[in-house]
Amino acid sequence: MDAVKAIARRLCRYLVAAATLLFSRRRRSGDGEEEGLRERRTSPSRPAELAVVTLLLLAALAAAGFVAAYIAKADTQVLGLGIGLALICLAAAAIVTGKAVVLQEEREEQRPEFAHPDAGHTEGAELAVTFRAGGEGISRRRLLGAAAGVAGTALGAAVIVPLASLGPAVDDRLRASPWERGIRLVDENGLAVPAADLSAGSFLTAFAEGVDHEELAASVVVVRVDPRDLELPPERASWAPSGILAFSKVCTHAGCAVNLFRKPLYPPQQPGPALVCPCHYSTFDVLRAGEVVFGPAGRPLPQLPLSIDADGNLVAAGPLSGNVGPAWSGVRES
Amino acid sequence: MIRRVSEAVEERTGGAAFLRKTLRYVFPDHWSFLLGEIALYSFVVLVATGIFLALFFSPSTADTTYQGSYGPLVGQEVTKAYESGLSLSFDVPAGLLMRQTHHWAALVFVAAITMHLMRIFFTGAFRKPRDVNYYIGLTMLMVAVFEGYLGYSLLDDLLSGMGLAIGYAVALSLPVLGADFATLAWDGQFPGTSEFFSRMFIAHVLILPILLAALITIHLVFIARPHHTQFAGPGRTERNVVGIPMWPGYALRSIGLMLAVAGILFIMGGLIQINPIWLWGPYHTYQATNGAQPDWYLGWLIGALRLVPGFDVKIGSYTLVPNPFWGGALFPLAVFGFLFAWPSIERRITGDRSQHNVLDRPRDAPVRTAVGAALFSFVATVFFAGSADRAFVQIGIKYEVQIWIYRALTVLLPFVVYAITRRTCEELRARELALGAAPPRRVRRGPGGGFTPAGR
Repeated sequence: MDAVKAIARRLCRYLVAAATLLFSRRRRSGDGEEEGLRERRTSPSRPAELAVVTLLLLAALAAAGFVAAYIAKADTQVLGLGIGLALICLAAAAIVTGKAVVLQEEREEQRPEFAHPDAGHTEGAELAVTFRAGGEGISRRRLLGAAAGVAGTALGAAVIVPLASLGPAVDDRLRASPWERGIRLVDENGLAVPAADLSAGSFLTAFAEGVDHEELAASVVVVRVDPRDLELPPERASWAPSGILAFSKVCTHAGCAVNLFRKPLYPPQQPGPALVCPCHYSTFDVLRAGEVVFGPAGRPLPQLPLSIDADGNLVAAGPLSGNVGPAWSGVRES
Repeated sequence: MIRRVSEAVEERTGGAAFLRKTLRYVFPDHWSFLLGEIALYSFVVLVATGIFLALFFSPSTADTTYQGSYGPLVGQEVTKAYESGLSLSFDVPAGLLMRQTHHWAALVFVAAITMHLMRIFFTGAFRKPRDVNYYIGLTMLMVAVFEGYLGYSLLDDLLSGMGLAIGYAVALSLPVLGADFATLAWDGQFPGTSEFFSRMFIAHVLILPILLAALITIHLVFIARPHHTQFAGPGRTERNVVGIPMWPGYALRSIGLMLAVAGILFIMGGLIQINPIWLWGPYHTYQATNGAQPDWYLGWLIGALRLVPGFDVKIGSYTLVPNPFWGGALFPLAVFGFLFAWPSIERRITGDRSQHNVLDRPRDAPVRTAVGAALFSFVATVFFAGSADRAFVQIGIKYEVQIWIYRALTVLLPFVVYAITRRTCEELRARELALGAAPPRRVRRGPGGGFTPAGR
């Protein structure tokens, strides 16, 4: 009798165990708890844990070092090393924790399905139906659309127009230049430039007297060459007294200052003297009235006709030969 | 404690189930997937260091006499903008560290985006359903380049002033509208008024960062919604994604990457000098420095400006299209235009309009890989042309000769690279097919010592 009872009890236990197993399995898959788990490893590594603790303490040390260095007004290098090492130790701690301390899992996840229009009746189609349903019963659909379009366009214009307040209208200010007959050339300190002070091969930055130096058209480069080498066009023959020439200092390509004067003092002395812009290496021939010999500039450097006044100083003999600086649609050359 | 917080969240927002799903979000693992994260974390460093800098910087062109602790410039008339840049570098404690880290982070930011773009392009990750996200990414790259340009232009040192002069020339060169656009932006003729610096400042510290942050947010949502792409592998299909769940494995790795990026940037900012504005000096329209090079991400534009032969398009004696338009505006627009158009072009070529979640290896799509490599070689040639003057100083090859070599290379090299890349991809694929196609065979050793096939 007891034996039967024992067997029954055991059977009962097996049944409960089987049911539990079954139930829990079903629950698990239904609940998604372990769904998609492909690999799981929990083998906490003691050395890794110790390494993380060490790294965290090192991070604290480096960060404290940064604070100390800051208070001690240490150099930028020390500050950078302090905060940088603190962050890197912290980074190492996080990565070691992620790779060797915490639970390691590889999981699989199902992507949400985005229906393709070929699939026929999709959510996308449903959306369109719902959207269209809002406009049911409208009879003058196109008229309403057109009116809304007109309103939208006009309002858009009204929104954009205030942008015009940003700057002045384009007028002659882009063409403005202070140079005219009789304006004296002055150096950076505002002193007149005696022609006699310029030796052959010299290069000087000069400005229109009394004008803000930052104004694009204000600055010119003055160079002196041997007058016999000049190949100026006939109408500019008188623009270079004693071989002294002046050109706008602003490159006609992209507006940088033309600050290189290439004048070889030893053979080979060809090509001859040229002004070069250091931004994109547009090269302008000094002897031939600033013509482009190389580089991307599309227009010659504007030349300033010079004369020498009674005191022997350089004076403009007229306006610049062309528009200063980079070009724009509609600007007229020379 | 964790339980109480979790329950509080659920009670208030009902968001526990969503958060739990988020913790289980699966990240497939591949080193190239980290490039985008590096960009993201550089942006974090940029915002953090940028906020610090903005507390000290003054975007004003008002004149002032420099009285700070950098001896060689004491007594010089400089603008407030330049002076506050100097004071950040010499007088604000940790200011130079922040400035240099900010600059390095900007360089790494754009570099990481560019590498990320290449990863996306060469693995076909831009295909549906991720094409829109690819467009967002390209937009962010353009914004990032512009943001960087504004950033270093703000300091009003000699180099940045030259960069602005070139920017002004490019703006002016836009056909028909150029003059209006440039005078609006600069509030008149270059170098503009103080308003221009306020505008650059507000764009650099508010408008563009907010735009970038918004685009990054959309970018991340658009990544998470269809889930990450993955490379092919056992058990990986178009419908699933296999990898490490966000919690705890991936979150810790990613936080580690963020801290590492920040740490390396701060070490660079501390140890490696960048943009020493006190050496360039203040900007004047009539001054320039030789051997000027911009930040790397503008190298392709300076190269393009230098390579274009010297001509303006004219009608009679009137200019229609000034020269800087070709290199400074059309070239970058064409490159970006092509990148924007590529997903549609590829759909048309292949006729493949379906969604893809499994990535191609570059060899799997020989035409795409070859087109990408050709485009890259084209841009890279132009980029290196931008440093021809430095190459002249270093190696002594005549500048003019180099320019002509580069002009020839920009035309020829893309075709050569296209042919080589395409052939390489096809060969690699053919070899794989040949190896893979041969089924495993069983052999039997006969009594004579030889082998005979024994079926499968």
